[in-house]
Amino acid sequence: MNAFETWIAFQTIVVREVRRFLRIWVQTLLPPAITMALYFVIFGSLIGSRIGEMGGYDYMQYIVPGLVMMAVITNAYANVVSSFFSIKFQHSIEELLVSPVPNHVILCGFVAGGVLRGLMVGVIVTLLSLLFTTLSVHHLGIMALVVTLTAIVFSLGGFINAMYATKFDDISIVPTFVLTPLTYFGGVFYSIDLLPPFWQALSLANPIVYMVNAYRYGILGVSDVSVGLSLGMLLALAVVLYLWAIRLLDTGTGIRK
Amino acid sequence: MTIALTINNLEKRYAGAQALKGISFSVQQGEFLALLGPNGAGKSTTIGIICGLVNKTGGTVSVFGHDIDRDFPRAKKQVGLVPQEFNFSQFEKVYDVVVTQAGYYGIPASVASARAEHYLKRLGLWEKRDAQTRMLSGGMKRRLMIARALVHEPKLLILDEPTAGVDIELRRSMWEFLREINRAGTTIILTTHYLEEAESLCKRVCIIDKGVIVEDTDTRSLLAKLSMETFLLDIAEPLAAPPALAGFTCRLAEPALLEVDVPRGRAMNELFAALDAAGIRVTSLRNRANRLEELFVSLVQGTLPGGAPAGAPIAAPAAAIAGGKP
Repeated sequence: MNAFETWIAFQTIVVREVRRFLRIWVQTLLPPAITMALYFVIFGSLIGSRIGEMGGYDYMQYIVPGLVMMAVITNAYANVVSSFFSIKFQHSIEELLVSPVPNHVILCGFVAGGVLRGLMVGVIVTLLSLLFTTLSVHHLGIMALVVTLTAIVFSLGGFINAMYATKFDDISIVPTFVLTPLTYFGGVFYSIDLLPPFWQALSLANPIVYMVNAYRYGILGVSDVSVGLSLGMLLALAVVLYLWAIRLLDTGTGIRK
Repeated sequence: MTIALTINNLEKRYAGAQALKGISFSVQQGEFLALLGPNGAGKSTTIGIICGLVNKTGGTVSVFGHDIDRDFPRAKKQVGLVPQEFNFSQFEKVYDVVVTQAGYYGIPASVASARAEHYLKRLGLWEKRDAQTRMLSGGMKRRLMIARALVHEPKLLILDEPTAGVDIELRRSMWEFLREINRAGTTIILTTHYLEEAESLCKRVCIIDKGVIVEDTDTRSLLAKLSMETFLLDIAEPLAAPPALAGFTCRLAEPALLEVDVPRGRAMNELFAALDAAGIRVTSLRNRANRLEELFVSLVQGTLPGGAPAGAPIAAPAAAIAGGKP
């Protein structure tokens, strides 16, 4: 395929993905808005007012960046894992496999779909948060880079999960038993400085801590960890997961007999 | 003449089983080939390898000169596949399924829209363009897969049992459509369980069984291998028992319908003379359909005189033919 045809193919996959999550917006865009609004009400307004300040900001302001990241992570992952597994399940993956679309384009198309849903949900959650608090952006570039890289990393994670999945249970195991605990222990609701040394050290092994803190730095200007290290880790993770996913596509794991 | 497809020593080994044992055949541009075989013979595996759905374990495949190992994207551009199972998203609109497929081939939206309209109209689906695919009937779904396979205008169209579960009227109209696009230059490979379909459409037949090709010849030569041909005769007066006609085997399908086996080489005049002598008046005569079916069973059971040696008899070839896949 020449560059123009490749671009059309990429565009086609992305449009199909976006059309899919917009068509089922009640399942894809509305739930994170409701869940996060509840977090804002309960943790921010009701409990947060009793907690006082954290990291020099009132509790509500402190948790907003983490909650936005939580929504981005969950939705980027969920979009790709469910969309790709569903086309595997319905065998409509064959539409792509019989076509001349290069594997890199297939992967980039699905990841772009995940990133777009992640970012769209991120914007919705951010707008909702403005009903409860005020936000200023400390460093727009870092904020945008971190949220985009995070969405890419988790979209790739969702893609790999879908490649290996053979039944619907397989696409809920990682989000339930891996992503949710890592996110809750990822410094969304607290600064890891509050933890005892052992738990603080253990938290540093959780990549989500770096993502949440780097994003929080982009908005509030505070972080428990080095922002440079966070960006480096995100980039490294994106590269490793991309190579893993493309290898799976090249060998046809789970999609070609 | 250009060769549309060349398959050389193609092998596929699944865990513990060899689905293809080094098959070779080629298809000329413009041919209409029937690829026949009982369930599990290796037809769908062969098609899957050509189209990129199955990884081969040995051999080579090239489509219009493009080797799938060296330039699979270019090879894939030449091929359109109508698979056996419905494999489109159940929630997408009919029109979107076709236009999206065109996009995967790098066809711009304006061209894709025009082609989608053309093929959906041609296949009687234009009125349903805004319907979700799950709302279509079985026959419409089959036609949608044909429209989708043609939207990038492939030079080689492969249909894996395209008329399974389709009513007779629709099947005939699909046959006519396939004949038309074949006449227009598209090379077609067809697998089917309806052997009447292969006999009616295809000039060449390739029979595959247990991963090897047991016959590859033109349909007419294959039919010439029949040692016996069966005719159905409507008779004026019903009979209580089949008549004894010297040199012919007769059966009564119904009291007024006589089934007669005529050995190859015997003149029909002799049959009519014998019928005349027995006082039987024939009101109409027709050849029994599915002649190929008898040959097919003979080939896969290895009982056809002069036919290529076949593997061991398969479990239930006749059932496979009559019932299609379970």
